[in-house]
Amino acid sequence: MEKKKVKELKVSAIENGTVIDHIPPSAVFKVIRILKLEAFEDMVLFATNLESKKYGKKGIIKVSGRFFEPQELNKISLVAPHASIIEIRDFQVASKKIVETPNQVNGIVKCFNPNCITNKEQVRAKFTVVDKEDTRLKCHYCEKITTRETMEFF
Amino acid sequence: MKNKSLVSINDYSKEEQLSILELAAEFEKKPVQNILQDYVIASLFFEPSTRTRLSFESAVNRLGGKIVGFSEASNTSVKKGESLRDTILTVANYSDLIVMRNPVEGSARFASEISPVPIINAGDGANQHPTQTLLDLYSIQKTQGTLDNLHVAMVGDLKYGRTIHSLVIALCNYNTTFHLVSPVELKLPSSVKMHIKERKLAYHQYTEVEDVIPNADVLYMTRIQRERFSDPLEYERIKNSYNLSYEMIQNTKENFRVLHPLPRVNEININVDKSPKAYYFEQALNGVFVRQALIASILGLK
Repeated sequence: MEKKKVKELKVSAIENGTVIDHIPPSAVFKVIRILKLEAFEDMVLFATNLESKKYGKKGIIKVSGRFFEPQELNKISLVAPHASIIEIRDFQVASKKIVETPNQVNGIVKCFNPNCITNKEQVRAKFTVVDKEDTRLKCHYCEKITTRETMEFF
Repeated sequence: MKNKSLVSINDYSKEEQLSILELAAEFEKKPVQNILQDYVIASLFFEPSTRTRLSFESAVNRLGGKIVGFSEASNTSVKKGESLRDTILTVANYSDLIVMRNPVEGSARFASEISPVPIINAGDGANQHPTQTLLDLYSIQKTQGTLDNLHVAMVGDLKYGRTIHSLVIALCNYNTTFHLVSPVELKLPSSVKMHIKERKLAYHQYTEVEDVIPNADVLYMTRIQRERFSDPLEYERIKNSYNLSYEMIQNTKENFRVLHPLPRVNEININVDKSPKAYYFEQALNGVFVRQALIASILGLK
């Protein structure tokens, strides 16, 4: 309990908003980009390479005054499959859940194949998630597999 | 299968595929039938092809149908920057069925989603070429008497060869043992291997064709495709990896046959042609019957 308190203090609390915890350190900046927090005008706090009992190291992001749609959270799961989403209201935890990798990913990720119709014409990219743990997405059109390494977001 | 587009081989169930093969055998017995006289088939080839386009056109002609279309995109509105979407929506007004080859991967799936008439994918880049797969299945069934429990060796460009990808996926329905022979750079991609693993079928990988010949029922050769290489030096280095000769197939099983989707370059020596075990030209002929069967099924005429 004592230790947890010290860790929390590394990133100060927010009154209202969303805490995204248990992000792999390598994915913290990706999550910031995916959620377009670079352009966000209220307070955003983040830290990375914090100690985590579960994962060794982790990152955390706290976004003040902002709650996210499930569609936006789906995007996070592709780079941070075990992230927890904590909604804070009045400094209290209002809800807590783990992100879920969806079965379908539509209009979020670009197909890595430059010769895919989705990169040539105005066709919305659609994928089936064939491996949730390793995040492997099979393109509905060209049938090629986009992996976490080749993944780019719109 | 009426009005059902064929984009990827798995769009048709095993039963549907087998019914096409059965119908193809009927057309083989009687290839000239006047069942398409009231139909117009569009043949849109955005990329050159000899066998596929001509065998489709031959199939339609022998059934009394009319063909509209083009054999290269350079003298069409595509050159003016027309989107595939607009081309398809326009051509669908003029035809009952569209056969399309396009170098862009996924173009056929997209076309099938927007087109009011059914689409037959005649090859979309390195992705799928399902009518080739059907004629390969037909050829295997015809030469082996069955599709079940065969040892099928596939040789050459397993990475970019779309005929290989579709055929592997299709053969997963028939308890096939796969023998995959390729240069290390051109191994079967994991997205295709996934299908073999899902069905828990046996597969073995080799770099030398000699290793697979004695046990194979079918030796499916493919060309190393120059157009799939961005680096000409890499192509030069591996283009001559395989060269099958008459001598090499002397001590093979009785039912052993050499198949090839054609065109060949130098992976099969022309001295193999004289062997009764060479089957690739008959295989190309089978393409006409299979395409007749497919068109007749999709238009609901058989």
